[in-house]
Amino acid sequence: MSTRRIVGPFNRVEGDLEITLDIADGRIAAAYVNSPMYRGFEQLLQGKLPADALVLVPRICGICSVAQSAASALALADAAGIEPPHNGRLAANLTLATENLADHLTHFYLFFMPDFARADYAGRAWHAATVERFRATLGSAPNQVLPARARFMQMMGLLAGKWPHTLAVQPGGSTRPLQSSEVFRLHRILREFREFLESVTFGAKLEEIAMIASRVQLEAWRAKSGGGDLRAFLAIAEDLDLWHLGRGTDRFMSYGCYREEDGRLFPAGLWQGTAATLDISSIREDITHAWYAAAGLPQHPAEGSTLPVAEKDGAYSWCKAPRLSGQVVETGALARQVVAGHPLARDMIEGYGASVAARVAARLLEVALVLPVMERWLTELMPGDPWCIAAKTADETSGVGLIEAARGSLGHWITVRRGRIHNYQIVAPTTWNFSPRDSDGQPGALEQALAGLPASATDPLPAAIHHVVRSFDPCMVCTVH
Amino acid sequence: MNLLWLQSGGCGGCTLSWLGSEHGSLFRELADEGVELLWHPSISETGVDEARDLIAQCAAGLTAVDVLCIEGSLLRGPRGTGGFHRFGGGAQPMIEWVRQIAVRAQHVVAVGSCSSWGGITAAGMNPTDACGLQYDGEATGGLLGPDFRDRTGLPVINVAGCPPHPDWITETLAALAHGRLRAEHLDDFGRPRFFADQLVHHGCPRNEYYEFKASAQKSSDQGCLMEHLGCGGTQAHADCNQRLWNGEGSCLRGGYACIRCTEPGFEEPGHAFEATPKIAGIPIGLPSDMPKAWFIALAALSKSATPARVRENATADHLLRAPSVKRGKR
Repeated sequence: MSTRRIVGPFNRVEGDLEITLDIADGRIAAAYVNSPMYRGFEQLLQGKLPADALVLVPRICGICSVAQSAASALALADAAGIEPPHNGRLAANLTLATENLADHLTHFYLFFMPDFARADYAGRAWHAATVERFRATLGSAPNQVLPARARFMQMMGLLAGKWPHTLAVQPGGSTRPLQSSEVFRLHRILREFREFLESVTFGAKLEEIAMIASRVQLEAWRAKSGGGDLRAFLAIAEDLDLWHLGRGTDRFMSYGCYREEDGRLFPAGLWQGTAATLDISSIREDITHAWYAAAGLPQHPAEGSTLPVAEKDGAYSWCKAPRLSGQVVETGALARQVVAGHPLARDMIEGYGASVAARVAARLLEVALVLPVMERWLTELMPGDPWCIAAKTADETSGVGLIEAARGSLGHWITVRRGRIHNYQIVAPTTWNFSPRDSDGQPGALEQALAGLPASATDPLPAAIHHVVRSFDPCMVCTVH
Repeated sequence: MNLLWLQSGGCGGCTLSWLGSEHGSLFRELADEGVELLWHPSISETGVDEARDLIAQCAAGLTAVDVLCIEGSLLRGPRGTGGFHRFGGGAQPMIEWVRQIAVRAQHVVAVGSCSSWGGITAAGMNPTDACGLQYDGEATGGLLGPDFRDRTGLPVINVAGCPPHPDWITETLAALAHGRLRAEHLDDFGRPRFFADQLVHHGCPRNEYYEFKASAQKSSDQGCLMEHLGCGGTQAHADCNQRLWNGEGSCLRGGYACIRCTEPGFEEPGHAFEATPKIAGIPIGLPSDMPKAWFIALAALSKSATPARVRENATADHLLRAPSVKRGKR
């Protein structure tokens, strides 16, 4: 006999989240993840001019705003059959990388780590130091990180005018031509951010972190002196065994991101124990348990529909259930680095599979991997060469934009009829990770990750549940849009 | 002064903009101004049951709320039920929580254009029947009604913008904390005048191009964006080009049009956002307070007086001609 418990609002996730738990014998027998807010972006985009999507879709999300812009710009470029010039491509990479790295930092310091400062852990050897360092709003870390993050976000002032919600990212490139002295200023900002990361977050050179190739090496690195917040986290992860908490599905997906002259810096792909080809045409969105009117079988997003209904039997979320060849996949920084083949990322999922610790470590690993590439992109900019070409969208066309936001794979599918948006479908990272069940009753990735964890119908929610939920770095405003 | 912050039909971008404040740590800045966070969904420690209990206490009047900040539109649909957003952990729609707490709070602040007027969420067919706290587009009303006044007699304070500048939010809260925000400090749409009495045009770096109507033809050109590329900076109330964004940014400095995001109804301009609507070649939507006949006459005159330097640079993405160097007479 199980008892049902509804928990929410989960805080320190972007947007609104509620989870219903069926609890039996002191454990979660089943979890049902509910995204409780619907705004209707896919509906309000219908009938708009295609270019107006660039104003509307970034405003789906305040934290993945540029990722939404980038996916939209890619979809519109695809529909128009154009490619931005060299400078435009690099500027788009730099803008997206700035957001993604800032998001990783925000997640680690403001959303995830404060849970270890909670009274639940009083008595642990590391608790007092963690309270001093990571306590929400009061700890030394959040107060040190906010100014460093704000300084880093000055990249956006130069590259994109402002953040969030820029119009600088266009299908034909960037609206913001940079002159040499401005590129110099960007270098200066990256240099300061590197110093912050190396002294505060890692206690090590970024290149040293990027070279760590296994969990054994990571442990050995932790044991060395050097300080830094990553070491503090790894110590907590060892003590609480976060390497064996929060396994979801063992399939990892990445659309790939950051366009280089040949291919993407992190390639697209699928990993299920071995590398597999990612077949985008096999995506379907199932709405069996979501509050939408059914239009027949699960649909590919290119043909998808969004018709909200107030009441529906068996529905418990506004989130649709995307599936790849009928299967649940996990997406995010861990999946991205596993697919890209980073040895540490692959090693972290050997044995147990994805875990709270692996997801968090992968995010910080990615910060160390991407910042040096940003430095290179700056040197490749060619002030004086073109930054943007005009995009002319045909009256009858369609396009796809696939990108990686900080928290995973983001796809936009646009269809244009008679010069207007006929259909615009968005499948966001957390739509994958926090999906409800599908018609086969298959739970989503978080629903799988929570099953079996200890919980009680009446006691305060165990901290472990918070760790698992936040390890995905959920963005609920993207999930349902 | 304590502060309760709730989010509804928006993107969370106002909070993210706010966290980008450039005056040291935002948390310390708030503490210095005497603002204490009762709860904020993105940054507070407490969640789930504890947070829910706290908010229920605020709604019941058991915990006093000095300032209620709402971010995001108020979703009245479907059919007036508010069911498009039920606050996590229970069945009650968010609009009910907001109604209950707003009447008890000392002050109510709409953070961003969504909670001010409805904003982007109210675009198109407005599928969720989204509105602002005290406005529905330009019309007074909204969720709380045109007659709503807080316990000190102020209407809802609209810190509009999509998103607002971090300082607009902090300075509004500081003014409230210091008892220095009175009705005369708000403009006709309830926006704090310290930022709303300026136009985005003020301080625009494209000013010389504007003076000569030397216009950009496409994105990444350096010229004025008013004639062809949809810029509404001469009508939009905000100090974006005086108080810069993320260091040295603003929309115009980023190379794209001001879409008038601090104005009610900006989400439906009636034309493509990045194209200027014209009648007989003349842009409709003239600069604020500018008589039409004079604008046309001056535009014609200034176009014919445009220096070659300004004309050529306007349609290039980098400086083709530098201003000439003048030497004094020997």
